[in-house]
Amino acid sequence: MIGLEQVYQLAGLMFAGFAILSLKDRTDKRRWFNMMLWALIAFSFLFGDYIGGVANAFLAIAIVVVAASGRTGAAPDASVDETTRIAGAKRFGNWLFLPALMVPFIALAGTIFFKLVPGIVVGSEATLVSLALGALLAALVCVLWFRAGAVAPFREGVRLMDGIGWAVLLPQMLAALGVVFALAGMGKVVGDLLGYVDTGGSLLAQVALYCCGMAAFTVLMGNAFAAFPVMFTAIGAPLLIHGHHGNPAAVAAIGMLAGFCGTLVTPMAANFNLVPAALLELKDSYGVIRAQLPTAALMLVANILLLYFLGFGH
Amino acid sequence: MLVLLAIAVLVIGLVLRLNPLAVVLASAATAGFAAGLDPVELLEKFGHAFNANKYVTAVFLVIPMIGMLEDHGLQERARGVILGFRNVTLGRLLLLYMLFRQVVSAIGLTQLGGHPTMVRPMLAPMAEAAAERDDSKLSDDEVKALSAATDNIGLFFGEDIFLAIGSILLMKGILDSYGIHVEPFELSLWAIPTAIAAFLIHGFRLLMLDRHRRKAGLKSEEAAE
Repeated sequence: MIGLEQVYQLAGLMFAGFAILSLKDRTDKRRWFNMMLWALIAFSFLFGDYIGGVANAFLAIAIVVVAASGRTGAAPDASVDETTRIAGAKRFGNWLFLPALMVPFIALAGTIFFKLVPGIVVGSEATLVSLALGALLAALVCVLWFRAGAVAPFREGVRLMDGIGWAVLLPQMLAALGVVFALAGMGKVVGDLLGYVDTGGSLLAQVALYCCGMAAFTVLMGNAFAAFPVMFTAIGAPLLIHGHHGNPAAVAAIGMLAGFCGTLVTPMAANFNLVPAALLELKDSYGVIRAQLPTAALMLVANILLLYFLGFGH
Repeated sequence: MLVLLAIAVLVIGLVLRLNPLAVVLASAATAGFAAGLDPVELLEKFGHAFNANKYVTAVFLVIPMIGMLEDHGLQERARGVILGFRNVTLGRLLLLYMLFRQVVSAIGLTQLGGHPTMVRPMLAPMAEAAAERDDSKLSDDEVKALSAATDNIGLFFGEDIFLAIGSILLMKGILDSYGIHVEPFELSLWAIPTAIAAFLIHGFRLLMLDRHRRKAGLKSEEAAE
């Protein structure tokens, strides 16, 4: 059966290709560091599943050392000039959207197909396998269509990846940090601290503390999934559901969504906030967070009011 | 209580704008030592989690295709499409995308969107073209950041309406452990009020982006008279 293993081999080969191409630009002094960064990531994809936790930790540390050297990355410049691109846009027209749209649609159709027809792809991994399949087919279409040659996908890929640089690994590192936090009992400590807050028995104050705590804890952990059990145990279940007879589904669902307001403003949620900033070549790596901040703040207030007015039979 | 030091390390490191990867590593080490974890066990768990989350990085498999299309004018074409629709303003474009993202996420199609696949190659250049034509005061970076933000907000406040999403299953599991039994359907129903609020709040912000345009438009009409 096809599963994550094959997707990781494919990604490993892609990063290995990036590593080799990084060396080609002999004018760039940073080429050795870029090569090392992509080679270490390629190693992680190709062999990470077989070398055990401790070796993976050392691999992560090696990547951090290369990244922290400050010598990776490159100025994201286009490989062809604007006139060529405008000519391309004229010549190929709206067909250019086809490969780009192929990816999400193959991801979607594949997920449904592989779940209906079991035995080809591991069910729980169908989405990522389909996404990888879509990416591979779309790249193939581009190579054939543009008669670009086999090196082109790697050349164009590494050009964009050098612009993103080490930020690409931040989500993985933060997920690992979350696991260590949980192991160290961070949830219990923060939950205990919240127990000291005096709400004077007021329902609105307790709802506000529950929702704000959910958002704040999500800011720290980068993930509402980590915040939910802590806040639900500290305030949701004992005070809101048992104390004030709140609707359990409302307390849980709106609490989780209050946590999502925290996700919108934390650099810890790197894959939503920092990676896109790098991907879009923003000068300010916190630019996406800045754009989300007003909506997140208003949504937190909205969630408090919605839970207060709809969640309790008063 | 000592484990809170790990959060202090994290916040100080990020505020000082040190390399975030190094800050994360330092914070993990602080948390581990403060909680008295065995160093080998700490490395083991950290490495295991680092490896187990590779799937987040695997989405970059789409990057070679995006790069090739961009070389052949994808972003320029996306701009052209927007310039062909005279009624599309920056605010209306992003509002329409927000609605699309919320609705398709609500029926479980979260893959139809995302930063590498939709925002960078298509939405962001479209938004930039619309902003330029609107004579918007926003910088290119602000327009691109708003495009990414709208994708996130549409996803976050849409996906929880779908029954089989991870967060619903997590909530059901925790509620069950308290002896409180609710149907996933009930949880997804309770995501709807927040989804509507998100559409109204973020949608209002997006339409306010066009306010400046309307004023400018009136002025130029007056000048023409």
